[in-house]
Amino acid sequence: MARAVTKNRKIINTAAAWAVGLLIFFPILWTVLTSFKTEATAIADPPVFLAFDWTLENYSVVMERSDYMRFLWNSVIIAGGSTILGIIIAVPAAWSMAFVPSKRTKDILLWMLSTKMLPAVGVLYPIYLMFIELGLLDTQFGLVIVLMLINLPIIVWMLYTYFKEIPGEILEAARMDGASLREEVLYILTPMAIPGIASTLLLNVILAWNEAFWTLNLTAAQAAPLTAFIASYSSPEGLFYAKLSAASTMAIAPILVLGWFSQKQLVSGLTFGAVK
Amino acid sequence: MATQHSRSAARVMMAPAVVLLLGWMLVPLIMTLYFSFKQYLPLRGGDLGWVGLDNYVRFVTSSAFWPSVVTTLAIVGGVLLITVVFGVLLAVLLNQPMWGQGIVRILVIAPFFVMPTVSALVWKNMFMDPVNGLFAHLWKFFGAAPVEWLSQASMTSITMIVSWQWLPFATLILLTAIQSLDSEQLEAAEMDGAPPLSRFAYITLPHLGRAITVVILIQTIFLLSIFAEIFVTTQGSFGTRTLTYLIYQRVLESQNVGLGSAGGVYAIILANIVAIFLMRIVGKNLDA
Repeated sequence: MARAVTKNRKIINTAAAWAVGLLIFFPILWTVLTSFKTEATAIADPPVFLAFDWTLENYSVVMERSDYMRFLWNSVIIAGGSTILGIIIAVPAAWSMAFVPSKRTKDILLWMLSTKMLPAVGVLYPIYLMFIELGLLDTQFGLVIVLMLINLPIIVWMLYTYFKEIPGEILEAARMDGASLREEVLYILTPMAIPGIASTLLLNVILAWNEAFWTLNLTAAQAAPLTAFIASYSSPEGLFYAKLSAASTMAIAPILVLGWFSQKQLVSGLTFGAVK
Repeated sequence: MATQHSRSAARVMMAPAVVLLLGWMLVPLIMTLYFSFKQYLPLRGGDLGWVGLDNYVRFVTSSAFWPSVVTTLAIVGGVLLITVVFGVLLAVLLNQPMWGQGIVRILVIAPFFVMPTVSALVWKNMFMDPVNGLFAHLWKFFGAAPVEWLSQASMTSITMIVSWQWLPFATLILLTAIQSLDSEQLEAAEMDGAPPLSRFAYITLPHLGRAITVVILIQTIFLLSIFAEIFVTTQGSFGTRTLTYLIYQRVLESQNVGLGSAGGVYAIILANIVAIFLMRIVGKNLDA
């Protein structure tokens, strides 16, 4: 039974929700707008909102001056590499826990989750020391490994949740029809698992892209990703608002787009299935 | 149905993930414990021998310890209060019939995807700067003197920045929970003449109980270790040095590894206390 809603009520709801939504979104909007201003317009008093001469100059300056492409490339490698490596390791584990559960499956899952709770700063020095000893400090490879390990519990959990929803009866039916194990995996399980793997991939790329403890502490010049690139604007350069905005916009744009696609998975992924 | 063969195959498939996580957990943890019982100054003599519980005592008796605990609790508590209260209100609002719901949802969620260093810097420079920040312009417009946010109101500023980042998370989870509420219950209550406020207090809020608990626990774990927001704004000055930041300074800035490691052990214990409660809820859900 649908409830009749008066038109007035709907108008009020709409106005209130849009006002709040725009207020929350405003810092991002303002950053994007500022990135198209000249430095002088960016600090104009009173501030200018839309009526200014739009320019792309900041983007070209940022890209030329600060070796932006290298930071971007590091972010892509670190976020993408750690996620893909994590998935390769997690798929068999999640698969076996979902399809061949044992008494200990639940304990293993909870234990994996508990490793995620370890505060990074508590193990900062050991990791730092190991990185120096192994020559991993300021390398892409080192960060790929660390971020993979940080996100591995989430990856296993998400995949487990998705695999769990694949009904075992389908496999039995296929076996009855004479499908071999190879056919079973290739034609039945894989297609059903792909959406789950894809959303896991998406969410973990976002988490790794934005990670800002290890990326700031374990990199210097060579392997620094965008998080560190932006942090370098915290001193004098931060005064160049337009360039800071252009750099920020470029750093967050790809993830904002990915994030909008992953809204749904975000909830069950980040609450470990406690809220669905 | 599971045969002996498939069981051993399952164990082999699980092995890489389990072994890696076990190593990732145990090796650094044991090293931190080891260092915490040592006088260890990499730049000033290196390993100067065992000191028993000295580091643990010195860490809690140093003048920086209690202020950092208070700072940590104030930030975590403040952010939790803001995000949960506004998260519930926003979730209720977004659950109402309206035009453009999908777009509003996107606008509200967006801050969660902004990397911490970007949001901290944007707030610091473009909003909170006492000369050129938007707040300064706004204050001047109303004839007030601009506030030096990050020095005069440093804790408010940090709490505000972090709340802005986490409000979307709380809202999204609470919205998901609210959507699973049976609307017939609300309608029945409405027909029985229950006013909106009591419908909210007696039906909606209890329904959200579990989701609120989950939001609080997960956020607490992440908030206890916020780093970038402080690193790029105040660097721990003006009373914003959290426990995490204090340990970071002991370990990497003053290179007093023994002392920092003892602090790290405290942080691990603190996080584990929160984690136990979260794991209980998640574990219960796993049985269902």
